[in-house]
Amino acid sequence: MFSKWLMNYEETAAVILFCIGFSMMLFNRNLIKKIIGMDMMDSSIYLFLASQGYIEGHKAPIVTGGVQSTEAYINPIPSGLVLTGIVVAVSVSALMMALSIRLYHRYHTLDLDKIVALTGREEA
Amino acid sequence: MTLVQNFPALCILLTLVCAVLTSVLKRRSAAVVTGMVLVINLVLNIMALMYTLKTGESYVYRMGHFPAPWGNELRVGVLETGTASVLLLVVLLSYLGAYRRSMQKIEPTKYNLYGVMVDLCVLSLQALIYTNDLFTAYVFLEISTLAASGLIMAKQTGRSLVAGVRYMIMNLLGSSLFLLGVVILYSITGHLLMTPIHDAVAQLAASGEYQIPLDVTVALISVGLGMKSAMYPFEKWVPAAYSNSTATSSALLSSVVSKGYIFLLIKIYVRTIGMPVIESLGITDVIFVFGAAGMIVGSVAALRVRTVRMMIAYSSVAQIGYIFLAIGLGTMEGMMVALWHLLAHAATKSMLFISSAEMDEASGGTHLRKDVQGAFYRSPLAAFAFSLGAANLVGLPLLSVFVTKFMLGQTAVAVGGRHMAATLICLTISTLLNLGYFMSTAMSLYVHDGETGSRRKPDHLVRLSLAGFLALNLVLGFCAAPVYQTLLSGFAVFG
Amino acid sequence: MSDRKSDLPGGRFVRWLNQDQDVLERQMIAAQNREPDSDEEMEEAWRRERFLEDQKEEEVVASRLEALNERKVPVIGRVVYMLGCMLICIAMIMLLLYTVTTLPGFGGEIDPAQNEVPRRYIEQGLQETGALNIVTGMILDYRAFDTLGESTVLFAAAMVVLFLLRLDPESNRYSTLAASIREEPYADTFYEPKNDSILQHTAKILTPVAFLLGIYVVLNGHLTPGGGFSGGAIVGAGLVLHVTAFGFEDIRRFFTYRTYQRTVVTALLTYAFSKTYSFYTGANGIESIIPLGMPGAILSGGLILLLNICVGFIVTCTVYVLYAVFRKGDV
Repeated sequence: MFSKWLMNYEETAAVILFCIGFSMMLFNRNLIKKIIGMDMMDSSIYLFLASQGYIEGHKAPIVTGGVQSTEAYINPIPSGLVLTGIVVAVSVSALMMALSIRLYHRYHTLDLDKIVALTGREEA
Repeated sequence: MTLVQNFPALCILLTLVCAVLTSVLKRRSAAVVTGMVLVINLVLNIMALMYTLKTGESYVYRMGHFPAPWGNELRVGVLETGTASVLLLVVLLSYLGAYRRSMQKIEPTKYNLYGVMVDLCVLSLQALIYTNDLFTAYVFLEISTLAASGLIMAKQTGRSLVAGVRYMIMNLLGSSLFLLGVVILYSITGHLLMTPIHDAVAQLAASGEYQIPLDVTVALISVGLGMKSAMYPFEKWVPAAYSNSTATSSALLSSVVSKGYIFLLIKIYVRTIGMPVIESLGITDVIFVFGAAGMIVGSVAALRVRTVRMMIAYSSVAQIGYIFLAIGLGTMEGMMVALWHLLAHAATKSMLFISSAEMDEASGGTHLRKDVQGAFYRSPLAAFAFSLGAANLVGLPLLSVFVTKFMLGQTAVAVGGRHMAATLICLTISTLLNLGYFMSTAMSLYVHDGETGSRRKPDHLVRLSLAGFLALNLVLGFCAAPVYQTLLSGFAVFG
Repeated sequence: MSDRKSDLPGGRFVRWLNQDQDVLERQMIAAQNREPDSDEEMEEAWRRERFLEDQKEEEVVASRLEALNERKVPVIGRVVYMLGCMLICIAMIMLLLYTVTTLPGFGGEIDPAQNEVPRRYIEQGLQETGALNIVTGMILDYRAFDTLGESTVLFAAAMVVLFLLRLDPESNRYSTLAASIREEPYADTFYEPKNDSILQHTAKILTPVAFLLGIYVVLNGHLTPGGGFSGGAIVGAGLVLHVTAFGFEDIRRFFTYRTYQRTVVTALLTYAFSKTYSFYTGANGIESIIPLGMPGAILSGGLILLLNICVGFIVTCTVYVLYAVFRKGDV
């Protein structure tokens, strides 16, 4: 099992990062820390994805010297997907930041539990 | 390829163009353009539905010059066009029904941005329904999440912002889990399009390779989409989000946003992983338990709340429980029932939201359950629509949810064993609980206690919308057999 | 709730006789309840109402804050929640770590992912898309629908952020949010211009370099690493640097909210229409009339160059606008 983890070291790292991000989102009450955790989760998925395309000894998929063979380049699909994914992650964190700013201006705190308590019970 | 076959793709692109244009328009023109977009989308989708009904087959629409495993594609059949048409009709009616009210509640200089969000919701709904590619589905899931959070926060009060934050956190967790699932699936099959994945998964299942990653993938995708569509243990964001947003927003959220996710889940089960593999994995049992728990817990919570909006919100949790229970039965018939209930619930729940908003306003802007007493004498149409919706959800025969309950029972009996007993017990308890909260509210609408206040004349858009909702619900109820048969024929060419 | 009787001629007089309500007061109430005619009136009415609501909410929050500070924090609930979270996290990490051991090996050549799909991208990508950079060719031609969705995500996020944070220019009198963003404790723009000479000198050198590099990356997206997103982000960073050094007054000379709207709308519409063309021709089996050009030349790759430029504009504007709106609620 350890040898398998060592062999898939990039995936292992990605999975550990994912769980760190996940637990940050669950354990922290601070909104900014939650956002950081969320970003870590997303980035770790992109690391995982990028590692799927890597092939030992191959180069980045930009045609050089007219060589067009799968022997020369890595798999371009994960790279493209990561590119798309990064933009999605940026958009989402921008939105969350904007929300935190609004909430901070109203409640003067970033502690989510406190904010929820300050809004009071739903049906009042 | 005939022109009609282009309509689904053109609808998606047209909605995008209109969303972009709406962002620079003034308030009134933005509202009108958004309405127009909804009408055009509905018409084009109905034409596509007619076409697919005529041919009875589904077809693949290439998005670009490259065929299946290389390029993106859409897949269009009776099921897709039918679902899209019904849901778009619901969107249009909800938009009309709460048009004036959302105009008043939303900051006038930003009304155009609200229109953009409605457009984007419709855009992502159609993309989720038609797409045949998992990564495209992820991208549009995120668009849907962003637009929906905008809809929730449209009032900009402290509470709606908090509701937005809770919604975002839950949904982003869900998206991340979904994406992780897709990535693992990619690494073991090497594809992102649903049809090639189906073949690859069938091969893997036959050879017994990569069983654990496959299991994990299905679990991650199910939990991710379950979180996004308010499956029971992840439903904490629902009440706040539904009761603190504008009437249009809650109607859209319950009818369109969460339904798009569930449709995607059904599509992944049936078309991507394949039912035989799903049955062998055992994940459906977990979903079954969650669904059953949701049915009971949602209804119990709905009994205790004091406002009408909260009651409807919790009843959504219960109804989504029905859908997941049906999916959890793990058979094709179960999926079919889930799909039927998806449509029935979307039509009914939006009608409830719109009519309750109208009744609240007629009763002096209150939201409390006790204050809507005698609302029939203040706004008869809204009260009638509300009580019809309530009766439908309770399961009055000849209406659409009755068909769900009947078919659910039948399917459970066919499955047999523990599933049968659990389903029947849950159905009974849930129906009794539904009766408890919906009927008590619906009855109180007709209580005349002498002082009912003046009669409110709703403006013609609201009347049009409520009439449309009543017609849609009655059609779904009375013509249940042909509609169900049509969906069934669509299911045959779905996988 | 209108009373029919009082609308009749003389009805008002009868009411006055009955001393129901003062006639004048009634007229004032009627004037308030009247539907506003023009957009300006509507906006003004909304602002006034909003201000009152905001004030009420502030008071409620303040009173709750006092109650909250006095109340004891329930420790047990917190501990149970933490334990539950810990269980979930541990289960999650065990499950995922175990999954990793069953996945195909890292960097292998015969993984399931290395199948006919990347083979065609690599072997025929240059001929079919005209782009030397295979990744760019893939995301802007083979899988263009995804990428269109991606630009839409950016657009959607910008719209929601603007919805949340952009201040109505007229709202100063009413909105507490506006006041708190524009006034002292929170407003970092309050002290502008900062005239930090180190920053200004660095910016003078770096901004043109950032612009040039960004434009180069955008224009060569189909030939070298990069493309619309990376290039756009670089140019956007240049704009942000410029603002930090020289203040918003300076940048307003050429970049306002209208500029943002015009650029993004034009770019996104161009993008959407050109992709509609290629989707339509592709699905209906019509040959595309756009020439692919000489591989390696700057004017090659069919639509890819145009799309990269559009994406570059969208990303540049969005990055800058997000920064500006975060800092002072306006562009």
